[in-house]
Amino acid sequence: MFLSMNWISDFVDLTGLDKMELIARFSLSTAEVENDIFQKGSDISGIVVAEIKEISAHPDSKKLHLLKVDAGDGKLTDVVCGAPNVRVGMKTAFAKVGAKIGEIDITPRDLAGYTSYGMCCSEKELGVSDDHSGIMEILEDVPCGTDVKEIYDIDDIIFEVDNKSLTNRPDLWGHYGIAREFAALAGRELKPLECVSLDKYDSLPKVDMKIEDKLCQRYSCIQVENITKHISPVNMRIRLFYCGMRGINLLADLTNYLMLEMGQPMHAFDSRKVEKLRIKRFDKPFTFKTLDGIDRNIDENTLMICNADTPVAIAGVMGGLDSEIVEDTTTLTLESATFDAVSIRKSTVRLAHRTDASMRYEKCLDPEMTVTAIGRFLKLLTEIDGGVKVVSALTDEYAVKYDTINLEFDKKFVDRYTGIEIGNDTIVKTLKSLGFAVELCGDEFKVTVPSWRATKDVTIKADIIEEITRIYGYDNFDINTAEAPLYPVRADVVKTVEDRVKDILVKRYSLHELHSYIWAYYDEYKALGIDVEESIKLINATNPNIETIRRSIVPTQLCQVKYNTAYANDFGVFEVGRVVEGLKSDNSCNEHKKLAITLFSKTKTYEQLYFELRDMLAVVADDINHQELSFEAMEATHSYQHLKNLNKIFCGGTEIGEIGIVHPIVAKKIDKKAAIVYTEIDMEVFAKIENAGILYKEPSRFPEMEIDISFVSEKFAPINDAIKAENSPLIKSVSVVDTYTDESGKSITVRLVFSHPERTLTKEETMAIVESVTLRLEKDGILMKK
Amino acid sequence: MAEQTIMLQKQLEEKLALAKDVQELEQIRVEFLGKSGLITGLLKGMKDLSIEEKKTFGQEVNVLKNTAADMIAEKGEELKNAEILAEINKMPEFDISMPANLERGSYHPITLVQRQCEKIFKSMGFTVEDYSEVVTDYECFESLNIPKHHPARDMQDTYYLENGQLLKSQTSAAQNAIYKKYKDALVNDGVPIKAIFPGRCFRNEATDACHENTFFQMEGVMVDKNISISNLIFFMKTMLSEVFQKDIKVRLRPGFFPFVEPGFELDISCLICGGDGCPSCKHSGWLELCPCGMIHPEVLKAGGIDPDEYTGFAFGLGLTRLAMMKYGVKDIRDLNSGSLKTLSQFTDDE
Repeated sequence: MFLSMNWISDFVDLTGLDKMELIARFSLSTAEVENDIFQKGSDISGIVVAEIKEISAHPDSKKLHLLKVDAGDGKLTDVVCGAPNVRVGMKTAFAKVGAKIGEIDITPRDLAGYTSYGMCCSEKELGVSDDHSGIMEILEDVPCGTDVKEIYDIDDIIFEVDNKSLTNRPDLWGHYGIAREFAALAGRELKPLECVSLDKYDSLPKVDMKIEDKLCQRYSCIQVENITKHISPVNMRIRLFYCGMRGINLLADLTNYLMLEMGQPMHAFDSRKVEKLRIKRFDKPFTFKTLDGIDRNIDENTLMICNADTPVAIAGVMGGLDSEIVEDTTTLTLESATFDAVSIRKSTVRLAHRTDASMRYEKCLDPEMTVTAIGRFLKLLTEIDGGVKVVSALTDEYAVKYDTINLEFDKKFVDRYTGIEIGNDTIVKTLKSLGFAVELCGDEFKVTVPSWRATKDVTIKADIIEEITRIYGYDNFDINTAEAPLYPVRADVVKTVEDRVKDILVKRYSLHELHSYIWAYYDEYKALGIDVEESIKLINATNPNIETIRRSIVPTQLCQVKYNTAYANDFGVFEVGRVVEGLKSDNSCNEHKKLAITLFSKTKTYEQLYFELRDMLAVVADDINHQELSFEAMEATHSYQHLKNLNKIFCGGTEIGEIGIVHPIVAKKIDKKAAIVYTEIDMEVFAKIENAGILYKEPSRFPEMEIDISFVSEKFAPINDAIKAENSPLIKSVSVVDTYTDESGKSITVRLVFSHPERTLTKEETMAIVESVTLRLEKDGILMKK
Repeated sequence: MAEQTIMLQKQLEEKLALAKDVQELEQIRVEFLGKSGLITGLLKGMKDLSIEEKKTFGQEVNVLKNTAADMIAEKGEELKNAEILAEINKMPEFDISMPANLERGSYHPITLVQRQCEKIFKSMGFTVEDYSEVVTDYECFESLNIPKHHPARDMQDTYYLENGQLLKSQTSAAQNAIYKKYKDALVNDGVPIKAIFPGRCFRNEATDACHENTFFQMEGVMVDKNISISNLIFFMKTMLSEVFQKDIKVRLRPGFFPFVEPGFELDISCLICGGDGCPSCKHSGWLELCPCGMIHPEVLKAGGIDPDEYTGFAFGLGLTRLAMMKYGVKDIRDLNSGSLKTLSQFTDDE
């Protein structure tokens, strides 16, 4: 919305104040002002009223005229002019030599063989309208030579406030409401609106009008006759133009002017078409031609203004073509109404048609304003056209009154909310300047919210705080830290573990953290041969490629690996992200936080890479929970899983996830030669596993004894189990030092380290343990290699 | 007999001079000082001497023995030094000017910015909360004073799921749960609620360099008996100054958000020009950074907290926007692209 400082100044005297600074304060206290502020007229000077005294045709040009004009300087000036509307005796805006219009400096100029000593200007050239059809005609009775700025309000400051910043302020949709803010900010008086008193028409007959549907909160109307003027005064047109509207005709301009001034949309009907005004909805849908000539589909929820049963306007949105003012209209019916905001909003959504009027109605306009607006309209109309005659009484039905809001609070409440000292006097003065009725009794305030703020904006005590503080100015606040008792802060376990895991993966293993989206990427999955698995879907995804929520991070991560195959021969990526594994019994999403890691290598074997990942997980488990991992083979159920080497991972006995190799079909599509392995861990489960803690063992002062033994075995697990079964306190560690394959099969060489805390061990006692282990393994068919 | 000892000493001197390493020296030591070495051998010829002569000769041999031991030790020292020197000389000089191998892992830039913010708030006694990405309509809207058909719902294009839940469109969706989690401690023990909750949010909108359907925010709330606007400005200014590591000017403008009253838009002095005006702040000197405000009484009520007793502030910081500002990332889509060329640069930033 564009706002005019001249217009605002009609209602509050801002003399002597820095307007730009006031606008900046408005931006900080009321609503954000856009950066571009326009100094209208600042680029125009030296334009005077001049009368065309003589016209002769240009000998070589059909378009050009040779004029002699009187610019009030006691002589006639030669001007060459191409405007079609020149006429002897016409007064126009004349740019003398030395004048400035925008970038142009007016100098004597040769035009087709004749010198022009100045220029007659169109309204567009003056920047006061977009009319460039001819030169401006000045009808005012002023002497030649008068500066046009003396008769017209060309100089103005225009600033813009984004409509979005005003959604919760119905009172700011017109200049009068804006002026109230400026008055409060400047500490100056807001002048009352000058209106015609409507009481004097009470004896006239009423308009036949009835609200049949309470979606219309209030309907006020009056009938007027004998309008003779059709063109609006220049200054009115300039204001409308500066505020982004075009002048049309006096009546249309006046309703627009009223809307921009008070925020009250109005509509003028041809009285012949609204003999029985009824406001209601229809049972059945129909089409209706609005005044822009478009047929619109109206349904049974849309509130209509009707003449008996014939619709004449869409309430709060737009009038109909058939009831518009036409050439032979003699009597007009002026509407000023308020409607239910939600209903208007829904109507505009259904019609896909938002108008300046509907935009305002959606904000919950002040119903008290309708009658004032009629009084104001008539005041402006009679000033322009003295012969206007009111032919009906004010007809006003107030179906739904707004609730008067009274709020009570005390000084302590304000102090507590603000944290600073704002005196009672300041509070009273601020609220009164904004139109609130205030009673102060000691430290107790009783406040009545004015109607223009009471429709939805100010309803609770906290809203009053905003009124006081925004006018006080947030820049003027002393800022203070809070006084609060101290208590230990307990960190969220899952978040803490997540952070520590990320550190290990980044710092120790040089992995890269990525983020991928929460949904399956259909196209990318397809390209890699990964199925999009059935899962819960978005119902309003604009892009069908992303409608299914992922059940696992692994596939989205593989898509990212594919994207990075040229990045390096070897790299690893991870993500801590969320997935939805179906629905829970209460129909809510079973959401889990997961860690997914993928390693990619063109230089390592699958086995090397797989063990690298396994060791990485073992270190993480040991570091975070001091727990060991164990594994259990599982069956592949997803398209990206290799059938072999797929294992469930257990940490301290709890299943936490899986580790596997990428299925060759998928792997080859990512890269023909690379090895790709992955793991996925449930972070919430993992984080909650008990921390076994560091188990300190005093090192023995006596020498350790190492014994290496080889067994013919495919797997290490049974050997380890047999050693553990010994449960000997003398065994300090078990490790694998070698594996090899010969004619007798795969052999594993384990190294046992023995020690005793209090003495040197004998060979006999250690060999006894080794023999016992060997015997256990023999029973299972695992032989010692001689 | 003296000539015998003198000769032997000369002989030793000659041999020592030729010795090249520790092994040869050991051979010489054995030859002269061993049990059946040359020096001990001298004593064998003593039986024909008089007692007086024996005494003198014995002393001479002992002196020779000591002298020989010293000479050998000295030579040993010399040889060891030579060996160390040889080893030192053998070491090549490395070209330390060769480029360093900087290969290491990286954090997502959101993680870095999030950690910085968390650190600041943790130091001020705030808890860091974790919250789900799928939430209910109640959590995301109803509990935040945004009833059905409220125009504020139009401001956010929300992704709805088949089961009626939705992907959270704002981290404020966690507010209700946070209040319920901590309200007993607040009411019974007087422990103020101080919490931040970073999280991923989703909006159903077309993406371009400045818009993403998936982005991160960080919500913060503080509730206690006397939390004020003055406190809010203090915390925002302090936090942002810490984040940007310089004194940040902040200003508040009225802003309308249903879950706060009064509500504000918080601007910070432009990071590029410091407030003088430049293209990145559209010559205003200010950058709009985050909405904030005093928690709406209805929102506190929904969280089980009596708004007559307690007040609080809340703010929502765009972590994604912050990361982009901090590192100069121009295209928001780079953050979810998974591109290692882009993302591997964010190694650490504590």
